[in-house]
Amino acid sequence: MTGPEEQSTTGEVDLEQAPEEETAPQGPSRFEQAMRDVVTGNALVAVLAVFLAVVVGSLMIMFTDDAVRDSASYVFARPQDFFSASWDAISGAYAALFRGSVYNTNADDFATGIRPLTESLKFAGPLIAAGLGVGLAFRAGMFNIGGRGQMLLAGAVSGYVAINAGLPGPLLLVAATVAGMVAGALWAGIAGLLKARTGAHEVIVTIMLNYVGFYLVFFALSRQSLLQTPGSVNPKSLPMPDNAVMPDLLGDRYNLHLGFVLSLVAVAFVWWLLNRSAMGYRFRAVGENPHAARTAGIDVGRTYVTVMLIAGALVGLAGTNQVLGTVPSGVTVDVDAGIGFDAITVALLGRSNPIGIFWAGLLFGGFKAGGFLMQASEGIPVDIVLVIQSLIVLFIAAPPLVRALFRLPSKEAA
Amino acid sequence: MSTATPTVAETGGLASDSGASSSVPRKTPILLGVITVLLGAAVLLGSQDGDTTFRLATRADFVQLPNLVVPAEATALVAVVLMALVAAESTRRYVAGRRTPLWLISVYSVVAMFGFLSWAAAGGTVPVVGLLGGSLALAVPLVFGALGGVLGERVGVVNIAIDGQLLAGAFAAALVGSLAGSTWAGLLGAMAAGLLVALVLAVFAISYYVDQVIVGVVLNVLIIGITSFMFSQVLSENTEKLNSPPRFSTWDIPLLSDIPLIGPILFRQTPIVYLLYIAVAVVTYALYRTRWGLRLRAVGEHPKAADTVGIKVKATRYRTMLLAGAIAGLGGAFYTLVSVSQFNREMTGGAGYIALAAVIFGKWDPIRATLAALLFGFASNLQGVLSVLGSPVPSEFMLMLPYVVTIFAVAGLVGRSRPPAASGQPYKKG
Repeated sequence: MTGPEEQSTTGEVDLEQAPEEETAPQGPSRFEQAMRDVVTGNALVAVLAVFLAVVVGSLMIMFTDDAVRDSASYVFARPQDFFSASWDAISGAYAALFRGSVYNTNADDFATGIRPLTESLKFAGPLIAAGLGVGLAFRAGMFNIGGRGQMLLAGAVSGYVAINAGLPGPLLLVAATVAGMVAGALWAGIAGLLKARTGAHEVIVTIMLNYVGFYLVFFALSRQSLLQTPGSVNPKSLPMPDNAVMPDLLGDRYNLHLGFVLSLVAVAFVWWLLNRSAMGYRFRAVGENPHAARTAGIDVGRTYVTVMLIAGALVGLAGTNQVLGTVPSGVTVDVDAGIGFDAITVALLGRSNPIGIFWAGLLFGGFKAGGFLMQASEGIPVDIVLVIQSLIVLFIAAPPLVRALFRLPSKEAA
Repeated sequence: MSTATPTVAETGGLASDSGASSSVPRKTPILLGVITVLLGAAVLLGSQDGDTTFRLATRADFVQLPNLVVPAEATALVAVVLMALVAAESTRRYVAGRRTPLWLISVYSVVAMFGFLSWAAAGGTVPVVGLLGGSLALAVPLVFGALGGVLGERVGVVNIAIDGQLLAGAFAAALVGSLAGSTWAGLLGAMAAGLLVALVLAVFAISYYVDQVIVGVVLNVLIIGITSFMFSQVLSENTEKLNSPPRFSTWDIPLLSDIPLIGPILFRQTPIVYLLYIAVAVVTYALYRTRWGLRLRAVGEHPKAADTVGIKVKATRYRTMLLAGAIAGLGGAFYTLVSVSQFNREMTGGAGYIALAAVIFGKWDPIRATLAALLFGFASNLQGVLSVLGSPVPSEFMLMLPYVVTIFAVAGLVGRSRPPAASGQPYKKG
């Protein structure tokens, strides 16, 4: 198995081959050029996409709100009722979203008030790690929809190691984390290997592996000899031993744990891999044009396998993050908590770029943390977050649509 | 399969084994051998006592077929021996440079299934009618979804959003059906919802050239989000009025439903199933035998050539996608108008992805995709029947089966499959 750590030796060989980021084109004047870059650039499209999605989400909140619907029946008689009810519904929702994800303005002191932000970071950790896994595969032209299966397998294996290995001190945590990443890597590697050997489309294979992985883990969780808690009939494992649980970063008051730091390390690693290593150069070459890459002497099949192994390890890190960090009370089939699919939207929003994925993960982590409070305090189903998230990605994926909606000049015109 | 033969022959290089014709695949004998060895090992190691009863008739049947009672272990052993013979014959043919004919594989499958059931259900009764009829019912959304998928891919648009279309169809069928108090209105609502999802997919994929797989995946998430949101926020607040659609009852087709064995399985079903027969027949005929179908396939195989001879590529793609969406939406109605008379969040359970698998397993051919969907329906119904009988195979592995089979299928064990050439590629004029 080719672990992410092993490639560091090959990275040094031909650093020069990895091209630098695009240099800024020579324009008429720097200010005009800067303005043009802002208007035609992808950053503005991203911001506008988020804006559009939030608008649509607001409309959905508005039209399903009871008070708004009541006032809508006499909107022509007393429009101000309708508008104030709408304003209440929407502002209440987004205020709750803010209080749940960034800072609780109702808190007595700063230490309590800032707690939501740490919750957002906690949720962002696995999203970033899994998003990196999906994004890295994207860069090599592979679409990894198998995040769910990879996370489940990784979670189950790291849970099994944590419960049964009996290693002393932090060694257990390290062993369980590595085992989970290896499991995720191997599960994703199947898709890479099949694509390389038989041309099987990785989209289909990874989707199918999600289900196979689900039933495998379910099988393990309903057998006492494997993962199930002895004497129990529920498909759930024992809780993780104390020395296998990821330590809290900010003390007992906050739930933020080591997993977030590991995700940051993963961001740095993937950035280095893609931009500074020969292997990352090969990934990108294959992703841009596999035929040209083959002609240039790159072993495309092997690249597919390698990229899926690393991608699987990254998604696996998200799985161990859940089992050993966020929910250490025992492995269940809900390990992935939707992160496997969320990771796709994170990777798309981050445009498969490690730094972009980091910010996208933070944003969606905030949505996740805030969505729960929105449901609890305003009675708005947390599913609205899914809607906003997927709309953002849809709009991001179609820059011409966003440009047309806001009457921005297109890239070609500029 | 006999109906499929002329069409497959006609399409020639379009969807069938164009690559494999030069050399005989050695995978068939290997696969047959492996299955034989697996079943043989299971039968010998997990010896089962007692008899197995196959119940061939239901109480309502005009002609009462007697029950078939066989000794479990002996029957399974005979089946394994027969399977070994077929596998040997297949190997002999491979050595002689000939392919294994389809009828031989079909015989092998039936014998294998019979042997497996005799072994797995020892001491119990296998309700054959219930097993097969239930499989058909479970396969209904898969077949509709697969038909939509086949049409989409044949015109050059990959449709990952089948699951979203099924879910939207289920939601709309429940809502419209409850409001109108009519199953048929619900059916129309389901078609409209599937069409709407397809329209979004088409706008992004055809007009804005967004990667089709990305749009599909994201649309699925979006539909899950919207339907779950509406379910919690609107439907569940007024279940009585908004989420209790009427259900289709079964219609017995006169005469046909009295045919022994086949009648109760095929012709004692709900109207949606009869719509399914019509849809499969019409789509197959239209795809291969009409000008419309020829143009559609041309757009999916070589849009530039189609454009050159005056076929409007984008318009064809739009129209076909909308039709495909309406068909897939119909499948969604099955969930709320037949199986449960209520919508629930994420109630399709990813069936759209299985339908997608059926499309590929069925090599982008409507008949084969239907058969693949039926196979998947059979696998999941078999699991249910076996878990009642207390079979020695863990139910998780039975549930896994369709997915594993699909992986084998796309990996080429069942024959090289080639998608329509332009599937997944947006068409930019000029």
